[in-house]
Amino acid sequence: MANEFVTRGFVGKRQASSATKTQRIPPGQHEVKDFPVLSAGPTPRVALDRWSFTIEGFVREKVSWNWDEFLKLPAQQFTVDIHCVTTWSKLDTRWTGVSVDTLLEHVELDPRAAFVTAYTFEGYTTNMPLPDILNGRAFVAYEYDGLPLAAAHGGPVRLVVPHLYFWKSAKWVTGLRLMDKDRSGFWESAGYNNHGDPWKEERYTGD
Amino acid sequence: MNLPLQWQLATIAAVRSETPEVKTFSLHLPDWMRHRAGQHYDLRLRAADGYEAQRSYSIASAPETEGQVQLTIEKINDGEVSSFLHEVAVVGDRIEVRGPIGGYFVWEAALGGPLLLIGGGSGVVPLMAMLRHRAAAGSRVPTRLLLSARSYDDLIYREELDALAADGSGFEVFYTLTRSQPSDWHGYSRRIDAAMLATVAGPLGRTPLCYICGPTLLVEAAANGLAEIGVPANRIRTERFGPSGS
Ligand SMILES: Cc1cc2nc3c(=O)[nH]c(=O)nc-3n(C[C@H](O)[C@H](O)[C@H](O)COP(=O)(O)OP(=O)(O)OC[C@H]3O[C@@H](n4cnc5c(N)ncnc54)[C@H](O)[C@@H]3O)c2cc1C
Repeated sequence: MANEFVTRGFVGKRQASSATKTQRIPPGQHEVKDFPVLSAGPTPRVALDRWSFTIEGFVREKVSWNWDEFLKLPAQQFTVDIHCVTTWSKLDTRWTGVSVDTLLEHVELDPRAAFVTAYTFEGYTTNMPLPDILNGRAFVAYEYDGLPLAAAHGGPVRLVVPHLYFWKSAKWVTGLRLMDKDRSGFWESAGYNNHGDPWKEERYTGD
Repeated sequence: MNLPLQWQLATIAAVRSETPEVKTFSLHLPDWMRHRAGQHYDLRLRAADGYEAQRSYSIASAPETEGQVQLTIEKINDGEVSSFLHEVAVVGDRIEVRGPIGGYFVWEAALGGPLLLIGGGSGVVPLMAMLRHRAAAGSRVPTRLLLSARSYDDLIYREELDALAADGSGFEVFYTLTRSQPSDWHGYSRRIDAAMLATVAGPLGRTPLCYICGPTLLVEAAANGLAEIGVPANRIRTERFGPSGS
């Protein structure tokens, strides 16, 4: 296949962005200023008094927080670039939430734990190797740009894993399940890549 | 292990104007693969200096149309890829594409119904693929399409939809025009709301299989409206074409 095929007459509308900014846009992506909404079904409205967040699976004892308890966990501010597989990237998004490292301090991991599935109350799942959410690489956010996270963007809380395509950042997340074996999640079973690294353009199965 | 989806060089075989802002591009593919109605292709443009732009476009044609795919593309003002396709690309040009992609927002005759399709603007494209597939497969599942557009002239595929609705196979089409209406207009004249959904969905029973596609706000309104009238969330599938709006 002509890997460097040039489209006749195409120049492109390059954004007048600085070189450093361009370097932050992975291949095949383009920068947007707004915040597109993508999800597989209707936006669920979660009642905070019935909300909880759980870590379970390959841990010695599972742990759950209700909304008030979750807000008391040590929070941090994160400014990260996000990349959606539908080809938009958004730079310098600002979030407040709890690092996954902080959450995992509350459980004792079974040494066999090697993968994680993030799940929502509605049954959406997405899977990752455990190291992809450790060492400051992922957080559970409840504020976006200084305001409570809107339901359409995954509120009350969503997982954010900025270094993978954004479908891994499960909206409306209600728990993490640690596993010894990998298990494909929702989009991963529907033709999307199991890992989803935007810098390697791991968009679809087999990429 | 699944093979990666390869990029291939499609040739533009025909271009047809659907509305003042929308054209259908028929692409001949050297490696055509049967798709499922609702899937899309990714399209990649490259400038001489290596700069690239990539976008997704739903397949408009039925899987039964072999060897080619049709993409129906709305011209977005200032849009990098859509305005290139509308203003520069011509028959005979070659374009890099890969697909078919997506395994969720798809309908096959075997999935049955009753089927409720809701589209806004170019969001009708994947729904049209479903309707074309339904016709090609000889399916008679009760099906209703609610299509929202700004004006009468902006209704994509209107003649074909009206013809399908007249063929006695159990398909009905409803239009709503949100900005301007012809003087003799009998359809709806407002944004999609729960009352409209209740009227259109009613005869399909309590659990129609619903596919909603279009701009974010329309998709949100329709999906929430369906939930309000009691359609279970697991029967509602959505696809958003952007931009944000919320
Ligand atoms: C799965 C999928 C399937 C799609 N199928 C189709 C299809 O069948 N037909 C089709 O026409 N489009 C479809 N789209 C949208 C398409 O991928 C592009 O987003 C669209 O053509 C705009 O790209 P552009 O390069 O022209 O504009 P860009 O240069 O990306 O955008 C220019 C400006 O227009 C705004 N904008 C972007 N998209 C829209 C929009 N849809 N309406 C109004 N403003 C917009 C942007 O926010 C930006 O400000 C699909 C998108 C997805 C994710």
